[in-house]
Parts: sequence; structure tokens; C-alpha cells
Amino acid sequence: MRDLEKSFGDVHVLRGVNFDVAPGSIFALLGSNGAGKTTLVKILSTLLAHDRGTADVNGFDVASQAGEVRESMSLTGQFAAVDQILTGRENLVLVAKLRHLDNPGAIADSLLERFSLTDAASRAASTYSGGMRRRLDIAMSLISGPPVIFLDETTTGLDPEARLEVWRTIRDLARGGTTVLLTTQYLDEAEQLADRIAILHDGRIFANGTLSELKALLPPARVEYVEKQPSLKEIFLAITGQGRSRDTKETS
Amino acid sequence: MTALVADTRTLTGRSLRHLLRSPDTIVTTAVMPIAFMLLFVYVFGGAITTGTDSYVEYLLSGILLITIASGVSYTAYRLFLDVSGGIFERLRSMPITRASVLWAHVLTSLVSNLVSLAVVMIVAFAMGFRSGADVIAWLAVVGILVLFTVALTWLAVVAGLLAKTQDGAIAFSFPLIFLPFISSAFVPTATMPGPVRWFAENQPVTAIVNTVRGLLAQEPVGGDIWVALAWCAAILAGAVVAAMAAYRRRTG
Ligand SMILES: Nc1ncnc2c1ncn2[C@@H]1O[C@H](COP(=O)(O)OP(=O)(O)O)[C@@H](O)[C@H]1O
Ligand SMILES: [Mg+2]
Repeated sequence: MRDLEKSFGDVHVLRGVNFDVAPGSIFALLGSNGAGKTTLVKILSTLLAHDRGTADVNGFDVASQAGEVRESMSLTGQFAAVDQILTGRENLVLVAKLRHLDNPGAIADSLLERFSLTDAASRAASTYSGGMRRRLDIAMSLISGPPVIFLDETTTGLDPEARLEVWRTIRDLARGGTTVLLTTQYLDEAEQLADRIAILHDGRIFANGTLSELKALLPPARVEYVEKQPSLKEIFLAITGQGRSRDTKETS
Repeated sequence: MTALVADTRTLTGRSLRHLLRSPDTIVTTAVMPIAFMLLFVYVFGGAITTGTDSYVEYLLSGILLITIASGVSYTAYRLFLDVSGGIFERLRSMPITRASVLWAHVLTSLVSNLVSLAVVMIVAFAMGFRSGADVIAWLAVVGILVLFTVALTWLAVVAGLLAKTQDGAIAFSFPLIFLPFISSAFVPTATMPGPVRWFAENQPVTAIVNTVRGLLAQEPVGGDIWVALAWCAAILAGAVVAAMAAYRRRTG
């Protein structure tokens, strides 16, 4: 992604975003509410047109090769996009059919198994808990095994247990060779999962590196009685400048 | 082209499942026109002179149009739910033919409206409606009603795409339901005062109502049928153009 820009009217949300994601890695895009994470993911998944700059997914340009991009990636949006009236199994069969795969029923069954939804397979998705719905949502994204997957604040609103489950799924995906770009406003999530972390703030990437590289960005000279590794939270606050004022708002 | 057909079939199957799981929408659609029919035939009918033997035979064609006008609001409602619930974005991020998403809703609307129309017809028969029309005339009636349904459904697509709230999505149908009252549907236009009469005689419902009524009563429909078809074609063309614009607006 090179010099990507996007405005909504007067609001200049993305002001020249640059980054690369290595194939098969987990890349976390960290930013507080309203930073532009969803906007960026929507541009990458061809849902939104950008104003300036270029972006490639799996080697295909999002603007001129949208069809190839859609073949290459799958999106799990900020809000679970499952059909509430259909059953879990019907949701999966629907996506498998739309991807023109042979044997949609068998594909659905194996994903239900993998996401521990077999028992709930024939219940309407509206009866699912938040965690189950999210699992179904991710399962729908994995049909056809796209090389790239975008996860937009996938764990927001999940209870801690469901969150750990989603984390496990994401790690499995990367181990299987899938490139994962996830957005989050939870610092620990980025810290736990990502090979590289980029911080999106004021429409730009403020820092981009591994966790230890980001830690190295902090001024080392600190006199403290107890030696303490800076947490990603401190790095984040220092970099975005929010740490300086004491009226720091917790990201919600 | 084959992908369009396959995707449309898959997605129509999905919406038809929605329909089967909430059959009350068909009943609700039929209840209001049936109530109007009972009210007008058994309460007001005695005081209305139409020049026909039985008032229900005069009234039925207008009632059928009201059925369609209220039936299409469910299409707007279902489309609104898809757009606001994220299904629409999920589908747009997938490599499927984009027109299939809207066509599936249009075909489902056609099926549900035909079922509602059949329910209304059964009640009309029970109330003493009889027609000696031949097969050709019946086919012409069905053809015009199908054309009218598809035209209004595309208007519903515009409403469903642009609505901000559920109520907003269905509000577009209120004027459509009201339009038959200022037409020849319930009383002949001859008794109406000047400007009202002018409006009634030159709005689409009158031509369509007169055509359907004439066909069912085995009367010549010479001029009216062409005006009716022209109105349907014009509404359809205008609504499709508006729907495309709404789609572009909704998808940035
Ligand atoms: N369709 C839109 N029209 C106008 N403004 C928008 C639109 N979508 C997002 N925005 C604005 O863009 C900014 C970034 O939003 P978003 O990408 O959703 O942030 P995040 O996902 O990081 O919370 C916000 O200020 C938001 O209000
Ligand atoms: Mg967001």
C-alpha cells in the first residue's frame, strides 16, 4: 500500500498510508476509535474507492483488478455479517455455493466441525451467542481458503474466552500460510498475535515494526527503581502523543 | 452470464427461505386489501353506483394493485436489513456477479406478491366474484400484474438501499397504497370535481385498473391497455435507473 489517501467530504481520514504485509504473517493495525481502520480495510476489500495512492492485495491492484482481489481475499467485517434467519449450516452452504465450489454441504460440515458449531448447525443464527456468531462469521470467510484474510476488530465485544478462541483460529490460519491483516484497538491483542504491528494515527502510520522494534523506539533513559519493560500501551501512548497530557482517554 | 444465473438462483433460494420462515408477511400483505374489499363491498358498496352488476367485480382490480403496493414494501424491508446487517457488504466483497444481489430480491418479491394476489383472489371468489374471461385474457391480466409488481419492486429497491431506518424503508409504499383511492378503482372518475378528476384520469393506476377490469369482464380494452403498459414500462425504466444510482451511492 503506497501513499493511500481517503477523505469523506472535509474529513481527511487517511493522509498517505504506507505499509507492506509479508505473505503468511499476521499484521496488526492498531488505532483508536475513528482512526480509519475500517476505512482502510474497506478499501483493501474493494468496498470503498480511495482518492489517491495505490494498494495491492495478493499482487492485484484494488482499483483496476477488483475481481482478482475479491478472489484473493476474504473479509470479516467489524460487525458479524451472518444471515440471522438461516441456520449456521445454511449460511456456510450459501457462501460455498456463491464461491461456485463443488460439494458445498461437505465443506459446510467440515467447517462446522472445525469451529465447534456442529451441535448448533441446524439452529437459526439469530439464536447464537456473540461468540458463536463470530465463529460462524469467520468460518464463512474461510470457505475457499483465500490467501489473504482481513479481520476488522474481530474480537470487539467478545467475552474473554471467545476472544482466546478467535486468537487460536487466527494463529492456525497464519500457520497454514494465510496472510492475516487484523485491526484492533486492543493493545494486548496486537502484542499477543502479531508478527508486525503498525500504529495508525492522524491518518498516517506512525510506527511499524515488530514488538521489540517498537519497544526500542521509546527513549531508553529512564531512572526507575524497578526495571520494567514498556508495555505496548506505553509505546502507543508515547508515539501518538496522548501520553503527554494527563487527560488521556482510555480507548473504548 | 451463467454465473449471473447461478448466483441469482442461489441468492433467490436464500430469500425464499426467509419468506417461508415468515409466512406472516404474505398474510399481512393480503390482510389490508382484503379488509378494504370487505369494507367497500359490504359497507360503502351499496351507495356506490358503478354501472356494473356487482361491486366486487368493479372493485377487484384496484384491490389487486393495492395488494402489490403493500407487498413490495417487504422487499424494501428485507433489502434494508441486508444493507444494515452487513450481508450486503459481505456479498460485495466476494467474487460474485453484483446484479444477482438485487435480482434475487426482485424475484422473491414476485413470488411473494403472486402468492398474496392468489390469497386475495380466493377471498374475492368467496365474496361472489366471477369472471368468464378466457385463458388469453387471464394471461394478459397476470402479465400486467407481474409487470406492475416488478416495476414497483424496483422502486422498493431504491427505498431499501437509501433508507436510514426500517420505517423509512417501508414508508415509500404509503403513497402507492393511497394512489388507487384517487383513481377509477373504487368509484368512476366521472363524479369527481375537475382537478381531482383530471389527476385521476391521467395517473397510472386508472389505466391499469381499467385494463384489468376490462379483461376480466370480457370488455374491449383497446386504448387503456397500451396506456397501462406504457406506464408500467416507464415506471420500471425510471425505477431501474434510480436503483442503479442508489446502488452507486450506497457503495461509494
Ligand atoms: N461513510 C462515511 N462517511 C463519512 N465519514 C465516515 C464514513 N465512514 C467513516 N467515516 C469517518 O471516518 C473516520 C474513520 O472511521 P473508521 O474507518 O470507521 O475508523 P475505525 O474503524 O478506526 O474506528 C471517522 O471519523 C468516521 O466518522
Ligand atoms: Mg472500525
